[in-house]
Amino acid sequence: MSGDYEAVIGLEVHVELKTKSKVFCPCSTEFGAPPNTHVCPVCLGLPGVLPVLNKQVVELALRAALALNCRVAAFCKFDRKNYYYPDLPKNYQISQYDLPLALDGYLEIDTEYGSKRVGIIRIHMEEDAGKLIHEGEALNPGKYSLVDYNRTGVPLLEIVSQPDMTSPEEARAYLEKLKAVLQYTDVSDCRMEEGSLRCDANVSVRPAGSTELWTKTEVKNMNSFRSVQRALAYEIERQIGLYEGGEQVVQETMAWDEAHGVTVPMRSKEEAHDYRYFPEPDLVPLRIEAEWIGRVKEHLPELPDARKHRLMQDYGLSAYDAGVITASRDLADYFDACVAAYPQAKTVANWLMGDFSRLLNSYNLEPRQAPVSPAELVELMVMIDRGKISGKMGKTVLEEMFATGKKAKDVVAEKGLAQISDAESLRPIIQEVIAANPGPVEDFRQGKEKALGFLVGQVMRATRGQANPALVNELLKESMN
Amino acid sequence: MELYNLPVHELHRLLVERQVSAGELTATFLERIAAVEPAVKAYLTLTREQALAGAGAVDDTTGRGEILAPLAGIPAALKDNLCTRGTRTTCASRILEHYLPPYTATVVERLEQAGMVSLGKTNMDEFAMGSSTENSGFGPTRNPWDPERVPGGSSGGSAAAVAAGEAAYALGSDTGGSIRQPAAFCGVVGLKPTYGLVSRYGLVAFASSLDQIGPLTREVRDCALVLQAIAGHDLRDSTSAHVAVPDYTAALTGEIKGMRLGVPREYFPAGMDPEVKTAVRRAVDKLEELGAILEEVSLPHTEYALPAYYLVAPAEASSNLARYDGVAYGHRAGGADNIIDMYCRTRQEGFGPEVKRRIMLGTYALSAGYHDAYYLKALKVRTLIRRDFEQVFAAYDALVTPTTPTVAFKLGEKVGDPLAMYLSDLFTIPVNMAGLPALSLPCGFSQGLPVGLQVIGRPFAEATVLQIAYAFEQATDYHLARPDLGVRGEK
Ligand SMILES: [Zn+2]
Repeated sequence: MSGDYEAVIGLEVHVELKTKSKVFCPCSTEFGAPPNTHVCPVCLGLPGVLPVLNKQVVELALRAALALNCRVAAFCKFDRKNYYYPDLPKNYQISQYDLPLALDGYLEIDTEYGSKRVGIIRIHMEEDAGKLIHEGEALNPGKYSLVDYNRTGVPLLEIVSQPDMTSPEEARAYLEKLKAVLQYTDVSDCRMEEGSLRCDANVSVRPAGSTELWTKTEVKNMNSFRSVQRALAYEIERQIGLYEGGEQVVQETMAWDEAHGVTVPMRSKEEAHDYRYFPEPDLVPLRIEAEWIGRVKEHLPELPDARKHRLMQDYGLSAYDAGVITASRDLADYFDACVAAYPQAKTVANWLMGDFSRLLNSYNLEPRQAPVSPAELVELMVMIDRGKISGKMGKTVLEEMFATGKKAKDVVAEKGLAQISDAESLRPIIQEVIAANPGPVEDFRQGKEKALGFLVGQVMRATRGQANPALVNELLKESMN
Repeated sequence: MELYNLPVHELHRLLVERQVSAGELTATFLERIAAVEPAVKAYLTLTREQALAGAGAVDDTTGRGEILAPLAGIPAALKDNLCTRGTRTTCASRILEHYLPPYTATVVERLEQAGMVSLGKTNMDEFAMGSSTENSGFGPTRNPWDPERVPGGSSGGSAAAVAAGEAAYALGSDTGGSIRQPAAFCGVVGLKPTYGLVSRYGLVAFASSLDQIGPLTREVRDCALVLQAIAGHDLRDSTSAHVAVPDYTAALTGEIKGMRLGVPREYFPAGMDPEVKTAVRRAVDKLEELGAILEEVSLPHTEYALPAYYLVAPAEASSNLARYDGVAYGHRAGGADNIIDMYCRTRQEGFGPEVKRRIMLGTYALSAGYHDAYYLKALKVRTLIRRDFEQVFAAYDALVTPTTPTVAFKLGEKVGDPLAMYLSDLFTIPVNMAGLPALSLPCGFSQGLPVGLQVIGRPFAEATVLQIAYAFEQATDYHLARPDLGVRGEK
C-alpha cells in the first residue's frame, strides 16, 4: 500500500451454528445429504406453516455473544427481510433487524504491533437459504436451474465488526481468531470450504492518520481466508489507484474473482434491494432471562487467549509457540493430551508445530482426524529418548505412521529401523571403516577432531542411519586410541 | 325440521339415541348439497368419499357401544384456506388451483380426532381478502336468503353452507370480520376467538397478526362445542397462547343478570342502515330485560381502525403472499425469459385484482421512505385501539354492537368501489386490531334479510361472550328462521 493511505476494513461474517436441527423446524442440518432430503413443509415455506424457534440456536448464539464480550439484549425479536430469490422459498428471510441478540463486543487479535482490539457491532440470528444448481453457463432460455432446500433454514449467526482493521493481514488475523473462538465454544465448525463460514468485507481507504471515512465498497464472493486477504489487498490498491488518478470510488458491491485475482462490480440489479423489514408476526419476541445468560457464561469453555496464557505459564512455551498451538482448539486439545503423558512440553510443541502439522496439511486433516493418536505420538517420542531410534529416524517413522496408521514400534520393527545400540554388532563395521580410511584415522590421531565426524558419518552410512551415533563416537575413539 | 336444518347438539342427541346413523346423516347432507348447491355455490371441493368413510368409522364406534364425542359423526365444511392433506386447498385462488397440501392444519386434525365428517372445502374471497366472496377466483357464492345478494366474506362459503343446510357447522377464518360479517349476512352464529386461542398452523396466512380460525354454526351451543374441540395451545404455533381452556358449555346458563354491558356510541354512525340500527337497539333492550346493565360507552379511536387495518393487514399480506412465485408449487406461467419475468407473469395470471391491490398497498406501506409514515403509524394506532378496549373493559364485562352497518348487499353492488366494500367491516375490524374475542348472532331482520348482533369480550373471555349470546338466543327465536331456497322437499 502507498504510504500516504490507510485502509479501513470491517467484516460481516456468517457462521452456521452446530445444531442438530434447523432453526425453525426439526429437519437435520447435516451437510452433504442428497438434495431435498432434509426438508419439511416448514422449511419449504409451504402455505400455512409457522416457524417454531429452536432453543439450541439461542443457546449457541448466547455462547458466541459472551465469548465475543457482547452485551446480550434482554429483549430481542425476529424480523422479515423481504426479497425474491428462487433459493428462498418464502421470498423472505427470517432475520433480526433493529433489536438483535447481542451488541457492543470485541475480539483481541495479534498484529505485528502487538495485541489489538477489534470492536463487534452486533450479532444476530437468521435462517440460511437454499442452494441453486444451474444447468448450463447462465440462465439462458432452454436451460434450467435446480434448487436444493437442504440448507434452507439452517441456523446462522451474523457477526458484524466495527471498521477497526487497517490491513488485509489484520482482517485475516480477525477471521482466524473468530474461527478459533467459535470452534472453542463449539458454536460452529467454521469450515469456509463447506460454506459454514462466509465473509463479506466493507473497505475504504483514507489519508493515513485521518479520522474521516471515505466511500466504501463491499467485497463479496471470497472463499477462503487467503482469498479474503488477497481480495482486500487488491481492492485497497484499486481504490488508492482511483484517487491517485484523480477519480472517485463509487459505493458499490464488488465480487472477488479468484481465478483472475481481481474485484469486479456486481450488476446493480443484484444489489438494489429495499428489504421492507417488519417484525415477524409468526414468532413472539424473545426474552432472555439473566439466569440463562449466567448459566451459559458459567459453562463457557476455556477460550483461546486464556489457553495460550496457560500454555505459556504452565509449560514455559514461548508466546509464538503457544499462539500457534492454541489457534486451533483441536491442536491445543492434542497438545494437552500429549503433555499429560509426556511432560517435555517444548518437545511436544516442536513435533506438533513441525512434522505433525506438515503431515496434517498434506493429508488435509484436522488434528482430531489424525491417524496418530496423542498416546502413539508420545510412544514415538519416548523411543527417541530411550535411544531406540534416532531423532532423524523419528520423522521417517511418523510419516510411515500417518501413511499406514501403524504404531511406532511396529513401523520400526517391520522396516528394520531400530537403532543399533549394541557394541558387539557395531564393532565389525567400525573396524571396516577404520581399515578403509587410513588418512582420516591418522588425522584424528594427530589431534584433528574434525576427522572423527567424517568417520562417524561413514559408519552411519554403512548402517543406513540405524547406528546409535553417540555409541559410534565412543567406539571409534576407543578403537583408534 | 329436516335433519339438515338441525343444530349440532340436536344431531348429536339423535346419533346417541340411534335415531339416525352417521352414514344416514351424511347421506342426507350430501343430498341436500346436490339439491341446493347449484343455487348457492358454497363449496369449491366436495369430499364425498372421505365423508362417507368418516361416517362409517363413527358408526363402527357406535356399534361397539362407545360414547360419542359431541362432534362425532357430524358433517362439517372447512374454509378452503385450511390445509387438508391430499385434498386440494386453493384459497379460492387460481395460483393454488391444483395445490395438494402434504399436511393437515392443526384445527382440522383436532376436528378429525373429534370425529368430524368432512363434506368439503368452502368458497371464499381469494386469500380471505374481501367481504362478499365475489373475489373468489372460481365464482361467487350466493346468499341463501336471497340469491341476488352476497353471503358476505371472506368466509362466505362457510356461512352460506351452514345457512342453507349444506353443513351442520363450518370453520372460517377472521382477519377483519371474515367470520362475523358473513355470519351476520347469512343469519348464523360466527365466533372469532381471541388471537392465540386457536392454532393457526395450517391456516394459509393472510395477515398473521390478525388471523384467527373460528366456528360458524346455527346456534350458540354448537359454537361452544366446536370451539371446545379446536381451542388450546399448539406447539407448532409460537403465537398460540398457554391458557387453560374452560368448559364453554358450562357458561351456557341463560343467566346474565347484573352483567355490565357497554354499547359503544361510535358503532351507530350516521348513514348506517336504520333498520339494522333498530334491530340492534331492540336487542339491547332485550338484554336489559334479561337483567343485564347496559350503558353507552365510547371507544374514541374507532374511526382510525379501518385505515390502520388497511396498512397492517396488506403489509403482512404482501410478505405472506410472496411465496406464490411459481418456483416450487402452484401455478407457473409459461413463456418467461428469465426468473423475474416468470415471477411477474405467474403472479399476474394467478392473483385476482383485490389480492394485487392489497399486495401493492402493503408493499408500499413497508417501503423505504414510507415505512414510518404508514406501517409504523398504523402500529401506533393499533396500540391506541387496544387501549380504548382495555379502558372500557375495566368497567364492563362485554360490549354489544351491530356486526355490520348494513344487511347483505347485492352481487356486483360494491365490486367497483373497494372503499364502500371495506366499510362493511367497520365494526368488526377494531376487534381484530385488539386481538379480542367476538361473536355475531342473529338479532332480527331488515328487508327480510338477517341482522347480526356482535358481542365483544375481554381477551380469552369466550365463555362470557357465549354466555351473553346464549341468553339472548334462548330468549328470542331468530336462530330458528331458515331461508327458503325454493328447492323440492324444503319445509
Ligand atoms: Zn424442515
